[in-house]
Amino acid sequence: MAKKVSKYAPYLLVAPAIIYLAIFIGYPMIEGIKLVFYENGGFSLATVHRAINNYYFWPALKNTLGLVAIIVPTQLILALVLALAMNKVFKGRNVALTLLIIPMTLSDIAAGLIWYSMLSPSGFMNKLLLNLGLIHSPIQLFGYQFHTREFIMLVFVELWRSTVTIFVIVLAGLQMISHEYIEAAEVFGAGYWTRLRHIVIPLLKPSIQTALLLRTIYAFSIFGIVWVLVGRDIPVLAGEAYYQVTQIKDYGVGAFYALLIAIMSLATGAVYLRVTRSEYLEVRR
Amino acid sequence: MNERTMHDLKKLGFYTLIFIVIVWMGLPLLVSTLYAFGTPDDYYNPHRIIPLHYTLETTKMLLFTLGGWEALKNSIIVAVLAIIISFILGLPAGYAIARFIFPGKDTIKLGMLALKVFPVPIMAVPLVMLYIKLHLIDTLLGVALAHSAASLPLVVLITASIFSGTSAELEEAGMVFGLTRFQSFLRITLPLALPGLAAAAMFTFVGSWNEVFAASVLTFSHRTLPALMLTLMETAPDYYKFAAAFIMAFPAIVYVAIARKYLISMWGIALK
Amino acid sequence: MVEVRLENLKKYFDRGRVKAVDGINLTIKDGEFLVLLGPSGCGKTTTLRMIAGLETPTEGKIYFGDRDVTYLPPKDRNISMVFQSYAVWPHMKVYDNIAFPLKVKKYPKNEIEKRVRWAAELLQIEDLLDRYPAQLSGGQRQRVAVARAIVVEPNVLLMDEPLSNLDAKLRVAMRAEIKKLQTKLKVTTVYVTHDQVEAMTMGDRIAVMNQGKLLQVGPPTEVYLKPNSLFVATFIGAPEMNIVEATVVESEGLFLEGDGFRIRLPDDFRELLEGYIEKDVLVGIRPEHMTVKGVSTLEHVTRTAEIEGKVDFIEALGTDTIVHAKVGGNIIKIKLPGHIPLPVGETIKIEIDLDNLHIFDKTTTKAII
Repeated sequence: MAKKVSKYAPYLLVAPAIIYLAIFIGYPMIEGIKLVFYENGGFSLATVHRAINNYYFWPALKNTLGLVAIIVPTQLILALVLALAMNKVFKGRNVALTLLIIPMTLSDIAAGLIWYSMLSPSGFMNKLLLNLGLIHSPIQLFGYQFHTREFIMLVFVELWRSTVTIFVIVLAGLQMISHEYIEAAEVFGAGYWTRLRHIVIPLLKPSIQTALLLRTIYAFSIFGIVWVLVGRDIPVLAGEAYYQVTQIKDYGVGAFYALLIAIMSLATGAVYLRVTRSEYLEVRR
Repeated sequence: MNERTMHDLKKLGFYTLIFIVIVWMGLPLLVSTLYAFGTPDDYYNPHRIIPLHYTLETTKMLLFTLGGWEALKNSIIVAVLAIIISFILGLPAGYAIARFIFPGKDTIKLGMLALKVFPVPIMAVPLVMLYIKLHLIDTLLGVALAHSAASLPLVVLITASIFSGTSAELEEAGMVFGLTRFQSFLRITLPLALPGLAAAAMFTFVGSWNEVFAASVLTFSHRTLPALMLTLMETAPDYYKFAAAFIMAFPAIVYVAIARKYLISMWGIALK
Repeated sequence: MVEVRLENLKKYFDRGRVKAVDGINLTIKDGEFLVLLGPSGCGKTTTLRMIAGLETPTEGKIYFGDRDVTYLPPKDRNISMVFQSYAVWPHMKVYDNIAFPLKVKKYPKNEIEKRVRWAAELLQIEDLLDRYPAQLSGGQRQRVAVARAIVVEPNVLLMDEPLSNLDAKLRVAMRAEIKKLQTKLKVTTVYVTHDQVEAMTMGDRIAVMNQGKLLQVGPPTEVYLKPNSLFVATFIGAPEMNIVEATVVESEGLFLEGDGFRIRLPDDFRELLEGYIEKDVLVGIRPEHMTVKGVSTLEHVTRTAEIEGKVDFIEALGTDTIVHAKVGGNIIKIKLPGHIPLPVGETIKIEIDLDNLHIFDKTTTKAII
């Protein structure tokens, strides 16, 4: 009796989780595909047409991809610099570290609203510059006509908010690099930049890759921060999905946009796994 | 002479960088908090960079008239539910992965890892139809279920690594002395794993607390805090935005201040 | 290949509360194999790291030849080091690991190739060059670390307990190899270890350290046969030197009186023991400098003394026997060659080689004889 139980025990333990995930992720995927491609009992591309021909679709796609393309690489470099800086011990390190982590605990809406206090027409930056005499009237960053400014502002605020995600992963990876590896390089003649190039960054590659993958995928579904700062001035895919579902009640189109985000995420994940392999981690004795 | 000044210059440059980082990260927090409690008059006054007069009116309005307090409670309920559900499902799975060797184990692990990077909230869109049928639409449970699905892979992976960390031998020692495997788990392994589990719970809590998309799509009257703020802020005057930010950010900041050291290592390793 | 000179080297931590290295004066000769020996925490690794430049001294100076290198960063000192855990970079193949010091110093490509192969051959790892460290055993990785260290021509070769992570058999084999290598290359080498067997077999000279201070420097035989302090005497040699309390007594001759024994000392000892008459001292004698009368003899001895004891325990090692004898309240260990299973409880006569008797001041623990 005891033997039988222990043979099936692991499966029993894992089953609930697997079934749950199948329901809550597998089912919506299938349902989503149905919503998009099935209309009135048959395969139809009508929803797809509606979705693609929507006035906001192409801007949303462009904006989403644009934001990802600009934000993620910039974040990576910033996070790397920060992680290298924070790896040393110095006065004020704890303060800096605590402040850096806070955005990770904020919702993107909160982050957007916080920055609004800095960037709004009556916000801190404007008032500061006004009272210093550097400008004569508030700089307008918000409004449909300031498309470029709004875009740049989004990049800036999103950098503030989500660079930490990469930073934390890279820092953890950095701290796991045995100090002796660095000392050995030092002893054998390598200066700071040489050590960085040849020892630190190669050993950091796994962390960097993980962080990059994570952030890119999350970046595709960027939503709250855009919505709360600029609304639909800068359409993004997730925002359009939200709009279609809650305001227009066109579930098909909403599902299409959601699926598009999912597919882009999966594709990115697959490409990453292909491209980023470290041979030295895969060999065995 | 040259080396010494180089050294000093580098140090100066370094501390300047740190200073910039601290200001860049901290100033918006400071400003938004001050503005959140500043009076609207002071806000619109172009000569008051920092408000001189403070009021709780805005915050009170937000919490008690505009539904903030309700939403806050909803957020807490959803987050706690998410923890409970994902732990009930995830803990056994994590334990199984850590302690047993069985066919399919690696596939499951890989699957969890893949899901970890999947944008689960997006799945809320097709989920809406299912929820309408199941009468789960506009319920807190509905949102909690969706959040649990999002955090489940992470909980499984974290608990698996925590249990791998606690020695199987300790459990076996317990079993030698008369406990069943389950009792051994409860009385020996669980207490040892508690710190790590607490971290996983906090992680789930924060994730659920901040989640916007699914919460906004799946509810209209029983909204969580982020979902409420999303719609409110579309039409609210500026100074409400800051009060909203404060209400949402405050618990997070307190949490970070308390658990900081733990967070960094946990996050870094968990996200790996 | 240089002479390394340490002048009054000090390293304090925690605002002076932890004196890791407390005033070391040492000259390591050009081409010498010097062993820094001592227990954990004695400051030997810290000293090595200061020579490497990985730590900056709190006080004192370090010279390579005539050059003051005290504050020079490691990369400018032209040194090589073998770390305790090898520090072989996991993301580089063995070839690239060994080639690194040369690449950094911008050697031409064919020169690099030549030297890497030369080092690999010396360490017998030529067929491992294309592998990653994860594919190697601990012993192989250690060889890579050594190959990497010899591939340039360093001023000083530093080794931080490189054998401590190897299993016993490998350790013995590598001891000989490293020593042979060093003799061949004639590079000034500083070798840190807590293993006194390693020190005795490898060092040209041994520098014994404890609690941040240098206690004695000298060739292995000197440190072994003429220890200048209680610590050195008991740290080196296995089994440990026997130490008992005794009083110097003058009564128609010079005697050492202790619990259960009375030894007559030769008259020439009187001069050395001046000031210690009627005083308590510590007496030391190594196990192999005694024998049990009737069953074994001491060779090459001139002056002996005799005490009585009772057999308490026998350690039969095969090639030797260690007799634990009870003398008064003390247990004395005697090393006898061969297999001599004396019965427990038997009264024995123990013969002592007086020329290898050591006497230590009880308070200062310095050696008087």
